[in-house]
Amino acid sequence: MAIEDDVLVIGGGLAGATAALAAAEEDVRVRLVSYKQSTLRHASGLIDILGYTPAGEGPLVDPFDALEGLPEGHPYERVGTEAVREALEFFDDIAGDAYDGAHTDANALVPTHGGTVKPTARYPASTAAGLASDDRDTLLVGFETLPDFEAPLAAAHLEAAGAPFAARGVTVRFPGLVRDDAKVTRYAHLLDHDEAVTTAAGETTARDALAETVRGHLEDETRVGFPAILGDDHAAEVRADLGERLAVDVFEVPMGPPSLPGMRLEDLLYDALEDAGVRVTTGVPVVDYETESDGTDATGPDRIDRVIVDRHGAEVPHRADQYVLATGGLVGKGVDSERERVFEPIFDCHVPHAADRYEWFVDDVFGDQPYARFGLPVDRDLRPLDAGDEPEFRNLRAAGAVLGGYDFAAEKSGSGVSLATGYAAGQRAGREGGE
Amino acid sequence: MSDAEQPTDDGVPGDDEFEPIQVFPEAEDMDLRPGADDCYKCSTCDTNCPVAEVDDEFPGPKFQGPEQWRLKRQDDRDIDDSVMKCSNCMRCDSACPSDVPLSQMHNTARGEYVEEQMEKFSREYVRNRILANYRRLAPLGSMFPRTTNFVMGLSATQWLGEKVLGITGEREFPEFATETFREWWTARGGAQVRNEDKRIAYFHGCYSNYNTPEVGKALVRVYEHLGYEIMVPDQHCSGTPMFANGMLEDARRSAETNVRELGAAIADGADIVASCSSCSMSLRQEYPELFDFEGTEEVAANTWDAVEYLRVHEDLEGELEGTSVGDEFENFAYHAPCHARNQGLDGQTMEVLAPIDGVEARDVGDSCSGISGTYGWKAENYETSMKIGDEMFDHMEDADAETGLTECPTCSMQMEHGTGYEITHTLEVLEAALVGTEADSQ
Repeated sequence: MAIEDDVLVIGGGLAGATAALAAAEEDVRVRLVSYKQSTLRHASGLIDILGYTPAGEGPLVDPFDALEGLPEGHPYERVGTEAVREALEFFDDIAGDAYDGAHTDANALVPTHGGTVKPTARYPASTAAGLASDDRDTLLVGFETLPDFEAPLAAAHLEAAGAPFAARGVTVRFPGLVRDDAKVTRYAHLLDHDEAVTTAAGETTARDALAETVRGHLEDETRVGFPAILGDDHAAEVRADLGERLAVDVFEVPMGPPSLPGMRLEDLLYDALEDAGVRVTTGVPVVDYETESDGTDATGPDRIDRVIVDRHGAEVPHRADQYVLATGGLVGKGVDSERERVFEPIFDCHVPHAADRYEWFVDDVFGDQPYARFGLPVDRDLRPLDAGDEPEFRNLRAAGAVLGGYDFAAEKSGSGVSLATGYAAGQRAGREGGE
Repeated sequence: MSDAEQPTDDGVPGDDEFEPIQVFPEAEDMDLRPGADDCYKCSTCDTNCPVAEVDDEFPGPKFQGPEQWRLKRQDDRDIDDSVMKCSNCMRCDSACPSDVPLSQMHNTARGEYVEEQMEKFSREYVRNRILANYRRLAPLGSMFPRTTNFVMGLSATQWLGEKVLGITGEREFPEFATETFREWWTARGGAQVRNEDKRIAYFHGCYSNYNTPEVGKALVRVYEHLGYEIMVPDQHCSGTPMFANGMLEDARRSAETNVRELGAAIADGADIVASCSSCSMSLRQEYPELFDFEGTEEVAANTWDAVEYLRVHEDLEGELEGTSVGDEFENFAYHAPCHARNQGLDGQTMEVLAPIDGVEARDVGDSCSGISGTYGWKAENYETSMKIGDEMFDHMEDADAETGLTECPTCSMQMEHGTGYEITHTLEVLEAALVGTEADSQ
C-alpha cells in the first residue's frame, strides 16, 4: 500500500505551501512533503513581485506595468499577469492583518538592515511604520550583540540614498541578555513572554527594560526601528507595548538569516495548511519515483505513479494523481550541480546549461550570472519540459525557485514567482486531481 | 574516510594520479569533517533549538556541532561543558537545510566529554549513569513493583533523590507495572498467530515493558487482528538515554545486543516495529551514525514505527473506516514527539485517527515538550524543561480535550506533569477501534 492522496506537493517553502493551499481549494486530498526546513527561515518576509527589470531598470514604481515586457520563458510570462494578480489576492486573504500593501499596485520601499531600500509589493505589518516614503524622522536602534544591524551605518545609508526624512542610529546593549551570541529566538522569547530581567536599575520586565534603554536616546523622532527580533508569537503586542511606552511608532527592519519575519510567515502558512486540511509530512526526503507501466499509452509523456519517500532507510511509497515540484533552487537544493552537470535531483528533469562549466558564471560577482537563471523550463501549464520541449511527465508541474529563466535576487521577484507559480500549479493540480 | 582521500571528480581522466594529502593528523573512528564543511552558518538549527530559546547558558547546536568540531582540531581545546545542556531532542537534524549531521556531532562530542573530561566519581556522572541505565535498574523495581512504587512515591525518597543525586524532586517517578509486558507475553504462550508471510519482531523498549505494558499488549492485539505473527526477541535498551548522557560505551553494548537479536529476526523473515518513537529513532538513525556492527544498516532499513508500518503494509485507513471507540476515550490533545517529527511522522497520528468515530484529536503544535528523556529529570534542568514545555501546556489547555495522546514515554510524563491530564498511546486507540478493549476480549 502506498500512502494515497489526490495531489502531492514536494517542497515546503512559499511556492509549495501556496500550491498546497491552492489545490486544497478544490475538493481533493492534498499532501505536502518537505525534507528539511524551508528557506523561508532565510527569507526577509517581504513579498516582492518585481523590483527591477531583467535589464536592471528600477526600482520599479509599478511592477505590474513591467510584467508584460518580460521575455519568453520568464515564470511570470508563463503564467500570465492575471495569475500573478490572483495569486497575490490569494495571499492577501491568507495573510489578513499580518501584511500590508494591498491598497495599491505600486511598490513600497522598505528599509533593510543594510540601510538600502527594497521595492516590494507586500510587507509584514511590523515593517509598516518604517517605509522610506514616509517623511517622519527616524531613530534606528541596534544592539551591540547583533552586529548584522549596524544602526548608525544603516541610518547614514538611508540619508545618503535620499530618504525624505532625517535618520539617526544608536547602538545599545539589549537589557537582560547575558550571552553575546544569544539566538534571535532568545531575544524574541524574552519579549514575547515579557520575562523578568535584571538591569542596573534592579528587577524589571524585558519590554520595560528595553523601552527604558531607548528612552534616553530618543530626541524628537516619532518612529523607532529595531532589528526584526521584536517577539515571535506575540509580535504585534510587543510592538504596541514598546510604542506606548516610548510614545512613538515602532517598526522592524528585516534582517538576514535566520529571520523572524520569515519564520512568522512560515507559521502563518502552516497554520493555513492545517486549517485547509492539508496533510503535512516533514523531515523526510522524496528520493525517487516510479512511472505507470500498464503500457496502454506508449506515446506521449509518462505518468508518475508514485514517489518514494526515504525514512532513514525505509522506503515509503506515496501515490497521488497530480504532483507539484516546489523544491527550491540552488540554495533550497531543488537544483543541484556537480562538476560536469546541473540537474534536478528527484525526477532528473532537464536543466538547460552550458556544457563547459566555466560558462556557468561570469567574473563580475554582481554581473549577469548565468547560474542565477538555472532551473527547469516549463510550458504554460507549468509542466517541466525536456530537451526537445516536450513535457517530461503528464502529471508533474513545477513552481517556485526550481524554475529557470529568471534571476530572483537581481529582479527582486523571488516571492512573487513562488506565489504566482505555486498558485497556478496548485490550482491546476487540484482541478485535474479532482476529476 | 576524509575528504582528502576521496577524489571528488570521479570518472574524470587523471583520477589515478590523485595523491591524497593528510590534512588532519589523527585518524578518527568517525570523520565528521564533511559534515562540518557542509555548514554554511545559516543558523536555522539555532532557531529550532528549544533549549537556546530559554536557556542563556546554552550556545546552541551550530556551536555544539560544526564549530566545536573545528575548534577541537586545536590540540589544546577541551569540549565545552555546555554540551551537557543539549537535551538531545534532535530538532536541529531536521532543521538543517544542508544535511549537517548535527546530532551525530553532538553525540560524539558528548561522548568524548564524558569519557575524557567528566570526573567519574562526581555526583553528575553517577547520577547520569543511573538515569542512562534505567534498563538495568528497572528489573529490580519490577520485581517488587508495589513496594518500589510505594518507596519511590515517598516524599523522603524524592527529597533524597534531589539532594544526593540531583534528580529533581518535582516529578513523580513513573510507576512499575505489576506484570511486565514480557511476563504477560510468556504467560499467554507467546504468539497466537502463525504466518510466514506477515511477520514482525516487536521492539518494545524499556518503558512499555516495565511501566506501560498496555501499550505492548495493544500492539500485539492490533497486529494479531490483522494476521501478523509476532516475535518478541531478546533486547536491551535502545540506547537513547545513553546517547543523551554521553555514555557511548554503555550504548555500544546495548546496540550490539539489539543489532544481533533483531538481525536474527530479520533473517527469520520479520520486519522490526517499535511503539516508542525514540526507540525507532535510535535504531534507524543513531545506530548507523555511531556504530558499525555487522547488520546495523540492515536493522536500520528494516525498522519501522508500529503505526507507520501498518499504514504502508495494510489498508489501515480502510480498516479504520467506520470503526468507533466507546466512552473510554475522550477528546485528545495530541503532541507529536520531536523524535517522531524527525522520522517524518509528525502528522501521522492525526491522519490515522481521522476515520475513527468517537475520537477527536487536536494537534497541540510543533513545540518540544521539554523533557527530552532524562534531561528534564535532572534538578539543574528542571526549570528550563518546564519553560520549554510552557507552549505545549498552554496549547493543551486551549484544546477542547481533557486527555493527552503521544507516542513517547517521557513526553507523556511531561504532558501529565504539566497539565494533570491522563496520557494515552495511539496504539491503545487503534486497539479499541479495531479489536475492542481488553475487557471486551475476555
